[in-house]
Amino acid sequence: MKIQLAKLAHARSGDKGDTANVGLIALRDEVYPLLVREVTAARVKDHFKGICHGDVERFELPNLGALNFLLHESLGGGGTLSLMTDAQGKTFSTALLRMEIEISDEERERLKL
Amino acid sequence: MKEKIRIAAGQGFWGDLPDAPVRQVEGGQIDYLMLDYLAEVTMSIMQKQRTRDPNAGYARDFVPLMKQILPACVERNIKVIANAGGVNVEGCAAAVREVANSLGLKGKLKIGIVTGDNILPRIDDLLGRGFELRNMDTGQPLATVRDRIQSANAYLGAAQIVEALQKGANVVITGRATDTGLTLGPMIHEFGWAADDWDKLAAGTIAGHTIECGAQCSGGNCQFEWQSIPDMANVGFPIAEASADGTFVITKHEGTGGRVSVPSVKEQLVYEMGDPHEYITPDCVADFTTIQLADDGADRVRIFGIKGRPATDSLKVSVSYSAGFKAVGTLVYSWPDAYEKAKAADKILRARLERLGLTFEQILTEFVGVNATHGPLAGDSSSEVPEVQLRVGVRDHDRSAVEKFTKEIAPLILTGPPGVTGFAGGRPKVEEIVAYWPALIPKTEIAAKVDVIEV
Repeated sequence: MKIQLAKLAHARSGDKGDTANVGLIALRDEVYPLLVREVTAARVKDHFKGICHGDVERFELPNLGALNFLLHESLGGGGTLSLMTDAQGKTFSTALLRMEIEISDEERERLKL
Repeated sequence: MKEKIRIAAGQGFWGDLPDAPVRQVEGGQIDYLMLDYLAEVTMSIMQKQRTRDPNAGYARDFVPLMKQILPACVERNIKVIANAGGVNVEGCAAAVREVANSLGLKGKLKIGIVTGDNILPRIDDLLGRGFELRNMDTGQPLATVRDRIQSANAYLGAAQIVEALQKGANVVITGRATDTGLTLGPMIHEFGWAADDWDKLAAGTIAGHTIECGAQCSGGNCQFEWQSIPDMANVGFPIAEASADGTFVITKHEGTGGRVSVPSVKEQLVYEMGDPHEYITPDCVADFTTIQLADDGADRVRIFGIKGRPATDSLKVSVSYSAGFKAVGTLVYSWPDAYEKAKAADKILRARLERLGLTFEQILTEFVGVNATHGPLAGDSSSEVPEVQLRVGVRDHDRSAVEKFTKEIAPLILTGPPGVTGFAGGRPKVEEIVAYWPALIPKTEIAAKVDVIEV
């Protein structure tokens, strides 16, 4: 079955030039391996189709139960050059939480989701 | 030597809650007040102010703030570290000195002044000697925008702040210093950390990163259980309670609102993060994958286990340059068919711009209430959406083209779809764009200077 990331994680996002960063944090440590397996750079790139025009990089922070994504070429030039309402990428966090990932019945039970 | 110090953050940016630093001083025991005023393009604003008025060019609100809190700071030996100096550190220090004099603090105060970050007068010399100052994002050499540069500053770290404190400064004013250095400096000074004790320098750097955005680590902008975070009207700004061993606790004053929790701190740790293995500052390279967090009681989070690596040989330089003009116009459309009306208005507007022969380097239409934040991810909007704001922005190097665009928004009210309002602000303003150019420079090229003046 599918489950939305909003039920599994919280997040915060920001900017570095034309790159948005999204830190995705597991709501519980037990959920982190599921995020590592399902929320790949490729899936995030696909999720942000039409928004992120560059590469997506992913970094793992098991110590925080978090993944950090860099979404290049996503902010209309970035900083003061951008015409976007969200030139600083602040709402990319919640945009990522819209993503749905696959989870088996066994996992759902084990993780009490 | 102290075993523990409390460093309070008073501003997350220039324009943050005005009374936050006052509340940090009055709300309980602290040893240092740290104030971060400089965002990436703030220096160019200050440079412009100084061009018009040689006495300006720094964070002006810092001076009345000092007037308000200096007596308490002197009495309780609270030291203030602020990058309020902008492009006129000496002017800022002179104004603070005057305020201190007027408060009768003569003989009781020393002001540390950190300069040497401003490389604007040396740009041609640097370029001439083969330093290309290539843009870290685009790879382009700085020469391509040479004639449009407005400010250029190297980011200094903690070293000069430490030197000022060692010379007895109670107030340290810097120009372009890193926000993390403002917090790390007091720790190095108080704990006598060695210049190559990378783990501890990384710990102090991460403490700085945690509190540099003010209340964003103590409940502000916190997604985790946000509805239950108490008394945000009275939000407590963060305090780093640092120990000599390189561990620290993030907390806030008792009786304040907000919340310091493991999730609230985690959210701030990942904010504006690049490669977590290497958070590069002038002082060290901090490894965010080594951070350990533990709940340490109500509104207390303990942070430990941090590892760091040697600093690099470079400093980051932030150059600001003029990059054309932009304007953004908005109108609000109401039910029924609000989204359809806004889309129709956009179509009409674009046809008129085309008829006028106006083209732009960039034009962007957003429908606020439908797709301004999540774009296509927001899905199909129902026709029942109660209202939609049409928001159209343009950017171009030709100011007159942007000017002409601003005259095409209001006419839509009488010459476009019905149910429209939200134009009371008049024509959109044309804004000059000052863009940010990050580059690197060898540390050996920057000669920072520390002066301490007595009041």
